[in-house]
Amino acid sequence: MNKLQVEAIEHGTVIDHIPAGMGVRILKFFQLTDNGERITVGLNLRTSDGGSKDLIKVENTTFSKEQADQLALFASSATMNLINNFEVVDKYQVQLPQSIDRILQCPNSNCITQHQPAQTRFYVNHSNCTPTLKCQYCEKSFSVGLFKELN
Amino acid sequence: MTNPLFQKDIISIADLSRSELELIVTTAQSIKKKPRPTLLSGKVIASCFFEASTRTRLSFETAVYRLGGSVIGFDSGGNTSLAQKGETLADSVNVIGSYSDAFVMRHPQDGAARLASIHANVPVINGGDGANQHPTQTLLDLFSIYETQGTLEGLKIAMVGDLKYGRTVHSLTQALALFGCEFFFVAPEALQMPAYLCEELDSAGVSYQFSNELEAVLPQLDVLYMTRVQKERFDPTEYQHMKSQFVLSATMLHDVKPNFRILHPLPRVDEITTDVDATPYAYYFQQAENGVYARQALLALVLTEDL
Ligand SMILES: [Zn+2]
Repeated sequence: MNKLQVEAIEHGTVIDHIPAGMGVRILKFFQLTDNGERITVGLNLRTSDGGSKDLIKVENTTFSKEQADQLALFASSATMNLINNFEVVDKYQVQLPQSIDRILQCPNSNCITQHQPAQTRFYVNHSNCTPTLKCQYCEKSFSVGLFKELN
Repeated sequence: MTNPLFQKDIISIADLSRSELELIVTTAQSIKKKPRPTLLSGKVIASCFFEASTRTRLSFETAVYRLGGSVIGFDSGGNTSLAQKGETLADSVNVIGSYSDAFVMRHPQDGAARLASIHANVPVINGGDGANQHPTQTLLDLFSIYETQGTLEGLKIAMVGDLKYGRTVHSLTQALALFGCEFFFVAPEALQMPAYLCEELDSAGVSYQFSNELEAVLPQLDVLYMTRVQKERFDPTEYQHMKSQFVLSATMLHDVKPNFRILHPLPRVDEITTDVDATPYAYYFQQAENGVYARQALLALVLTEDL
């Protein structure tokens, strides 16, 4: 079943195969609502294998591969579908990047990035099945679950 | 030949390779043997202590003067107009860096030195950033070990005391792991080496063992690295019990190897009794003195292209 269960968009990006429950978190985390474009969100949509997923459609917006890969932190199974004239013109699965830049805040309250203006960077440690992120500044490692959405 | 540390930031021990660590240690030794009183003449080094640390600051400033350089800076950031006017660290570093050839800094927050290095046009040397890194302490520890053993290679080393929170112990272990050393971690269970560090050692194939009996491991050791256990971390009876296991006294040294040496980052409180000071194994005061040579070596390398 390929028919999307929410209204089709003309131009933009469809983020598909987000694990159910992660859609809202991704919206908040990546501040997708900030650019004023229309966003359609589907939560707990049925999948062909009887499971469920979330889905986000952002109109008139494309993401760089680097930006898209950052989604893999929360949704390693997500796919990015680039839409042009109602057609999928490009489609790929996100992959964990080497580093996550700017979007996360360090959980260490004594980290300099909590006290001074700084662009954060976290190095992704892929070696475990649950990835950890190491702050470029304070050099501490944290599991993904410890990060909060930016305000 | 350009030395590989020329114009490099010294932020974290993890940034330095085995050969760079060796270069610093052998340079420290050569400067200790043959002082270089004019090597940095005409150079201005900024010594900016956003947090007070008297011994580290005096050690760095002595190192600069002994190489013929000059120092500008401050010893407590809270008293400067920088803090009062609310300037960002990035701007302060940018401006002070433009007055100087190198920027030595200490700061109460983790990662401050890394942030500074992004904004400075001159090499930044980390003199301690919060609970994170204090690389020059590790360099002087390595130099002291090298000086007493003639090598850094394949040594048997015990780390004793507060291994959980002790950043000097963590960096020193990581550095020595590059040289195939074998470790004994002697600590109360609650203060043992953190798991992430043991995992690092595991994946590097480094051998280590845990112990809670200091005396039992002494005869095997080349180096004993003692640190302080803070009394506040234990209730009084627990502390008394622990003291008996983790306090080094002269009577325990009957069976040690002739090359055995005891190091301690100082200040010590009561984890090494004073009767140890007179034994040939005590090396902690020389170690403190070595801080100046290690910092001289670092400044010399960072500021001299073909040292
Ligand atoms: Zn951090």
